[in-house]
Parts: sequence; structure tokens; C-alpha cells
Amino acid sequence: MSLNDLIFLLPEIILATGASLLLIAPVTGLRDSISAKWAMIALLIITAGSLLACSWAVPGMEQTAGFARMFALDAFSIFFKLLFLFVVAIVVLLSDDFLRESRYSTWEYYSLLGFALCGMMFMASGVHLATIYIGLELLSLSSYILAGYYKNEQKSTEAAMKYFVLGAVSSAILLYGISLIYGVCGTLNLLDIARALSTVVSNDALMFGVILLACGLCFKIAAAPFHVWTPDVYEGAPTPITAFLSTGSKAAAFAIFVRIFYVALPGFHLDWSMVLATVAALSMIVGNLAAITQESVKRLLAYSSIAHAGYVLMGIVAMNVMGLRGVLVYSFVYVFANLGIWSIVLMMKRHEYAGEKVSDFEGLHSRSPFWAFSMFVFLLSLGGIPPTAGFIGKYFLFYAAVQAGFGWLAIIAVLMSAVSMFYYLRIVVAMYLRDGKEADVTASGALKFVAAVCVVATIVFGVVPNDLIDQVSSSAKGLHNKGAVTRNATR
Amino acid sequence: MTPAFAVFLIVGTIAVASSILVISMRNPVHSALFLLLTFLCVAVLFVMKGAEFVGAVQVLVYAGGIMVLFLFVVMLINVRHLPDEKVLSNFWKGGFAVGLGVFILFVAVVRPGVYHDEQLDKSRLTSVKERIWTESHKNPGTYTYRRVHRTNANSEAVGMALYTDYLVPFEVASLFLLVAMIGAIVIGKRELSATEEETAQQFILERVETEKEVKEAMSA
Repeated sequence: MSLNDLIFLLPEIILATGASLLLIAPVTGLRDSISAKWAMIALLIITAGSLLACSWAVPGMEQTAGFARMFALDAFSIFFKLLFLFVVAIVVLLSDDFLRESRYSTWEYYSLLGFALCGMMFMASGVHLATIYIGLELLSLSSYILAGYYKNEQKSTEAAMKYFVLGAVSSAILLYGISLIYGVCGTLNLLDIARALSTVVSNDALMFGVILLACGLCFKIAAAPFHVWTPDVYEGAPTPITAFLSTGSKAAAFAIFVRIFYVALPGFHLDWSMVLATVAALSMIVGNLAAITQESVKRLLAYSSIAHAGYVLMGIVAMNVMGLRGVLVYSFVYVFANLGIWSIVLMMKRHEYAGEKVSDFEGLHSRSPFWAFSMFVFLLSLGGIPPTAGFIGKYFLFYAAVQAGFGWLAIIAVLMSAVSMFYYLRIVVAMYLRDGKEADVTASGALKFVAAVCVVATIVFGVVPNDLIDQVSSSAKGLHNKGAVTRNATR
Repeated sequence: MTPAFAVFLIVGTIAVASSILVISMRNPVHSALFLLLTFLCVAVLFVMKGAEFVGAVQVLVYAGGIMVLFLFVVMLINVRHLPDEKVLSNFWKGGFAVGLGVFILFVAVVRPGVYHDEQLDKSRLTSVKERIWTESHKNPGTYTYRRVHRTNANSEAVGMALYTDYLVPFEVASLFLLVAMIGAIVIGKRELSATEEETAQQFILERVETEKEVKEAMSA
């Protein structure tokens, strides 16, 4: 370790310092001269700038791992970090109205969001289970608090409480899994684990550890059968935070999922792939079937996000280049479609708990055709219909599963995508074919901006996906090469 | 049976028994005291495995700090006795079955021989290699070092690991604690109503005024 290693951490240092300053700002008289929202956006832009700057400034950083091999700034982590920064910036824009209407502290809200982002960035960069775990905990703890931010609303408090208790249990399970892996390998560094395992043929304790680790991670990505918290938390949390949980926090969990299983455990692929394939199939089936009967849009999207976790798990199960790219592409396009939907849902909001019933969308087309069309595009993207970006993601994932010999999983996925179109179209039918009620769309500039950006991105990446695919391929390369090296060593 | 194993059996039994008592006592204060006993027994187990630092932390943080917090809460909300409900919930049979299953799984899986070289790890956990720098007597201004290898230095070894190899997670843990503190304040804080917030500033201004007056009166 040397002082030069600090450059690896520069974006995180800036972000953590900035988030702490956001806490101090209101007592220094800055409160009146600058709004919390713009301070936060500025912080995010500076962080993104420093991230790009230090990824360009230090050539050859790709394969290195700084700070005693705790932390890597490779193409894979930069891809995810930029995605997280984008998600949080959008969530800041979505939060504006909610914070102005409610009487809850604004600066602390953004500060917590900043710390959650910091945890996500450590997760994306962690190449050591200790870093990954503590990053995950930083994200989780911030999310628990943010989920309960409507503290005078019973539902929000309930959501925070459920999320906290179940999250703590899942963290304990995850930690026990990590401790068993440490017991067998004598190290927590992902590459060293792969090396240590190259001499191990089969080991019950290791397998048990890996399964516990997978259970903990599956809770974080809300895969069935660890999904029970999702609908309640998504429904009870303030809508901008729901948007954050269903995109950013999920993508971060996918990032560590991929990194741990591709880098550390490729030698045991045969053992864990069946376990994860079962979880993936179960998530797709449970998520999609349960979503059909939901009346609340928030719960419907919660169940659909469980199903999406199942699709992404296919890419991890497949354990090939296609699968890895699929996870990255899918996390990327899913973010746009989902944030877009949440921005439209927020436009429909009429009181604190806009029930956001499916029936609230009735006649949206006649009132504001553009937003109805945007919603239509987002839903198509979630369903994976060709002209939209969602198709590209699903194409990669399904193809990867078939390539890896998980044809049955791909068949389930295709069938379940068809089922998912049913409930996505329910909203479309409500928007286009039903008569509207008295409800009106109240869209602030920020919401319009977010929805417009998301709809453009969803269509553009769907029609001309080449740039995205190139970018994802180069981001995935580093990770997969590492995986390939260790796999060869195991044979 | 070695004496160490006998101590392990006794302390371990007390730990398990008292942790069962924690959840079966009706009086919360009794529960808290049994929890204290569990913490202390676990600390003994840590020390027996050569992890003195973790043992000490267990006593200081858990038996000291966290227990005091527990007792504070028990006193503040003044729960002398829980209402007369069954100690066992209706799901106890299912819970018991799951617990037993997991226990059997642990026993089957975690057995001697599955772990990597323990000796190697033990030496890393208890010994420190260090350079001690001293200014040489002959030419002041130049420094020489000698290598020191100390064994039986668990706390030092943990400290070295925390501040060198594990520096990044250690620092992130400090952010984690900061977030916990913010969260406690954000959730625990009472939101002022609109009128209260308006009058709050007035109130503070008045108070500053009166303090000034008092000070002036005192100095005069």
C-alpha cells in the first residue's frame, strides 16, 4: 500500500466528504443561499468527473488492485459506478417534489442518499469480501432509513422495520457464508479464493458457505424464495426511494453477485449453477404470477422486479461471456425503463400515498398522450419487446442460458415474459382504452426531464444498441479474463 | 480430556443455557442479565481460541456498552412484566424443526479437516513482525532499524491488520457508523409543526437576549 493508491479511492473520498458536508451545510447558513438538490447534483457531477479523470489518468490500472488488493478500479467497476451515479442523480430529481411537499429534513435525505451511493461504489470496486460486505452494509443501512423516511406514515415505518429486520437476518446469513469460505480458503480476496480452491476437489463446508452466501445475496436482489419483503417495502417506502431500491440498489447487488461468482468461484460452477438456476426459475414464476393479480402499481412493479431478478440470475448461472454481458446490459436498460415508470407514477400522484392503483391510469392517453406513450414504451421495454432496449437485455440473457446448456431455464423465461406482458398490458389498456376520471397529471419540470431522458434512452438503445454492446463488452472483458485465468488454473 | 476442553464444555454449556433463558424469561431485566452472561461466556471462548482482542472487545462493547443501552431502554419504557401470553409462539414446532435441521447440517459440515492450515493462520493472528527505528548515536540525523518478531501479541496483530491490509473496509466502517447515527437522529427527531417551527426561532432569539441580559447583569 502506498499513498499513490489513494487515487483509486478519489471518487469515493470526494463523495463521502461531500455527503458529510451536506450534513453540516444547513447549520452554516448555506441553507438559504443554495438548495440541497443542486448541492447534491453538483456533488454527483464532481464525483463522476473525478471517476472519469482518474480512470483516464492512470493507464494500466485495469488489472491492478490497490490497497492490499481490497479495491479495484477496473472497467467493470467504472461501468457500474457511472450507472449508480446516474441513478442517484435521477432519484434526486424525482425526490424534489416529495421533499418539498412533506416536512422532512432535506439535507439529511440527500446526505443519506450520498452515503448509500458510496456503499454501492465500494461494492462495485470491492475485490475482497470484507470490502464488499461493508459496502453492502453501508448501502443497506442507508436504505433502511430512507425507506422509513415518511415516519408519520404507518406504512412507511412498517416498510422500514420489515426491511431492517429481514435485512439484518440476511446479512447474518451472508456473513456466516463468508466466514465458512474464509475457513476453507484462508483468505477473503476473490482471486486468492479462486487460487486456493484450485487445489480443493469438493468440500461440504465450502459448498455450505457458498449456498449461504448466495442466500444472502438473493435476498438483496429480491429473488424468490427470499422476496417476501419486496412488495411491502416497495409499497411503503416513499416512491423516489422505491425507484432507488428497484434500480440502483439492485444493480449494485448484481455487480457483487457477478464479481463473486465469476471471479472467486468459477471452479465450482457445476455445484452452484443448479442452485442458482432453481432460484432463477422460481423468481420468474413467482414474480410474474403474483404480479397478475396486483391492483397497486407499486406492488405490481415490486413483483415484476422479483421476476427481473430471476432473468438476470440466468446470466450469472450461464457463466459465459454472453451471460456476463447480459447482466451488464440488462442492469443498464432496466434502470432506464424502471426510472421512467417511476417518474410517470410520481406524475400521477395526488396525495402523500398516491395509491397508484392501476385504475388511476385510466384515460391517461386522453389527458396527456405523450406521457401515456412514454409509459407504454417503458412497459414494452420491461416486457422485452423488440424496438425497445429491454429486448437487447433479454436477448443476451436468454441466449447465454441456451448457450450454457440451460435450455429449460430459457424456456421458462420466455413463457414467463409472455405472462408478464399480460399485466404490463393491463396498464396500457387502462391508459388507452378506458375513460379517465377526475385525476390530472401534475408534472414538474424535473419529472418531465427524467421521463423524457428515459424514453429517449429506451428507444435509442433499443434501435441502435451497438455502442452500448461495445461498451459493455469492453467493461466485461477484464472481469471475464480474470475468471478465465482462474478457471484454467482449476483444471 | 484436557483442562482446556473441560473449561470449553462448561463455559459453552452456560452460554447456550443462558441464551435460551434470555428468550424464555418473562421479566425483561432478567433477560438482559442472562444476555450479559452469554456475552461473558462467549468472551471466554474467544480468549481460549487465542483471540484476546476480540474477547476484550466482546466484554467492553457488548457486555459493557450494549448491555447498558439495553437496560436503559428497559428502564425508560418501564416494562416490568410482559403481558400474560404464552412464552412459546404457535410456530414453535416448525421453528424447532428448522433449528434442529440447521444444527445437524452444521455438525455434519463444520468438522475438523475441512479447514485450511490452521497453524499458519494462528501464527498470523498472534505474532507481529515490526521494524523499530532509532536514531543512531554515532551520527545523529541518521536512523537505523532493527527487526522485532513478537509472538503472543494478538491485539497488536489485529491492529496491524486493521490499519494496513484492512484499511479500506475499516474506514468504510466509520462511514457506516456515521450513517447509523444520522439515521437514529432522523428517525428519532420529532418534526416540528409549522407554527412550532415559526416560533422556534423567536424562542431562540428571546433566549439569547435573556442570556445577554443575565450576563450583563452578572458583569455589572
